[in-house]
Amino acid sequence: MSHVTLTAAPETPGAPDTAAPETQAPDEAAVPRRPRISRLQPGLVLSWLVLGLVALWTIAPGFFTSHSATSGTARDKLLPPGDGHLLGTDELGRDLYSRIVHGSINSVTGALVAVAVGLVVGTLLGLVAGSLGGVTDAVMMRIVDVLLSIPGLLLSLSIIIILGFGTVNAAIAVGVGSVASFARLARAEVLRVRRSDFVEAAFGSGGTFVAVLRRHILPNSAGSVLALLALQFGAAILAISTLGFLGYGAPPPTPEWGLLIAEGRNYVATSWWLTTYPGLVVVAVVLSANRISHSIRKVQP
Amino acid sequence: MRRHLFSRVGQAALVLWAAFTVAFILLQALPGDALLIKYQNPDMGLSPREIEDIRASYGADTPLFLQYVQSLGGFLTGNLGYSVQAGVPVVDQLAANVPSTLALAGLGFLAAVILAAAIAFLSSLAPFSWLRDALQALPSLFISVPVFWLGIVLIQVFSFQLKLIPVINPPEALGLVLPVATLAIPVSAPLTQVLIRSIDDVRTQPFVAVARARGGSNAWVLSHHVARNAVLPAITIAGVLLGELIGGAVVTETVFGRNGIGQLTQEAVNSQDAAVLQAVVVLAAAAFVLVNLAVDLLYPVLDPRLKRKAGALT
Repeated sequence: MSHVTLTAAPETPGAPDTAAPETQAPDEAAVPRRPRISRLQPGLVLSWLVLGLVALWTIAPGFFTSHSATSGTARDKLLPPGDGHLLGTDELGRDLYSRIVHGSINSVTGALVAVAVGLVVGTLLGLVAGSLGGVTDAVMMRIVDVLLSIPGLLLSLSIIIILGFGTVNAAIAVGVGSVASFARLARAEVLRVRRSDFVEAAFGSGGTFVAVLRRHILPNSAGSVLALLALQFGAAILAISTLGFLGYGAPPPTPEWGLLIAEGRNYVATSWWLTTYPGLVVVAVVLSANRISHSIRKVQP
Repeated sequence: MRRHLFSRVGQAALVLWAAFTVAFILLQALPGDALLIKYQNPDMGLSPREIEDIRASYGADTPLFLQYVQSLGGFLTGNLGYSVQAGVPVVDQLAANVPSTLALAGLGFLAAVILAAAIAFLSSLAPFSWLRDALQALPSLFISVPVFWLGIVLIQVFSFQLKLIPVINPPEALGLVLPVATLAIPVSAPLTQVLIRSIDDVRTQPFVAVARARGGSNAWVLSHHVARNAVLPAITIAGVLLGELIGGAVVTETVFGRNGIGQLTQEAVNSQDAAVLQAVVVLAAAAFVLVNLAVDLLYPVLDPRLKRKAGALT
């Protein structure tokens, strides 16, 4: 109680009269917005639930399904969704639900690797460009322009042609495609933060570099980085499933969402569930990631 | 103004040159030797001397920097090298495949524009808030759908369930319907988002309030006053749309088994035919750079307010 009065007390006499209406205006705008943010948003809750479920699938797939993902009995081939097999079976009698659950290991970790590559390389590029400025900045941002000028899929394919096919290689290829966005964001953040008054004030009042970075710069930049991370995670899931569908990701017996759709495609006339369900899972995950990214950006000042 | 033009064109040329260099480093310098991979195959039964001759005929025995200069010179004069796998000039392959992709991408773009405009305008005219919300949520859904899956689902529904479009050898026009829809739906998403935001912006402008005060109905104000102003910002994402269009076309062609750049690209990746992929990459980058250049130069012409602002500053 005493803390509140202590911190509030020096502000009221200290504030000049002319500043009062200026500080009031944003306050008025902020008041009606607050309940909107704290209100329970069913879409957002659902998004977190979807990502949470997929995370659990990735960590402990055996907990969610007792069927094998890679072997089945030929007698049970191409069974429609129903008893025994929740989402039906494929042409080798393998349980589709179990293949989707086990497939999340490849798809989700692939997307995480891709986002990590983009985050680390992109942020480093952006930090260096933003901090050094001048010619370095100009050259690095032109490189980013070049990366942006090549369509993502073609850039990924160019990387894959060098590295070869495979889950990890596809993930790296997708990650390289997202380097440009992270570099742009990191550079913009560096420039914004360097110019801001509160950082100068923090340095001016005797803060060390590390302390200012930890207490002022990181909390201020975390929001936009997290928003981009969520967005790029969704994009990476899409891109990896596309590469998997084209046959450049995980090799066939492995369950991977894009590959599941590619395999189910041969039975599209008779067994609709083989392509429909894995696709719906991809849509749900990407939609959730985008929704979460949007909500993080909204909370940002 | 003329200085701005020159600097913008120079910048575009620089990015294009850099894109070529990146593609060359990625696809020619780093990956080892596609020729050796192909011709050292024991099944071909070639002697080392014959392999040397083949390498020399492709120019693979010259130093890397010389290859770079030759390749750059070739690209500038329209010689894009030879496909290792097919053994024909890449230019011929492109010439054979570009028209079909261009038709698909062009129609897909047209359909995407119509779809985006329809959703954006309907969402600001819809009488119920739940309908508005539903329409405004569509682009987020469209952007989350894998293109290849969308194509398969459309085939499933329209060819197998409803039997509207034959799967094998449909008439040319009918056969284009599903690929164009597959391409248009994801490409329309960013366009719809920009249009919706821009309609919202324009609607708060004073001249809209005046038009409404004069008794204009919602739809009349939208079509006569808001639409023209709201369309302008959409032009700025032309480059992004082009990238989506190219990537989408590659996947769509694969799903529907259509000939085109997509098939060519996929074959090139499968057989590690770097020269073909390099040509495709540089072509795509060139298209992107040119579209962005055109947007940059045309925008002040289309929106005179920008010119006035620039004039006031100098």
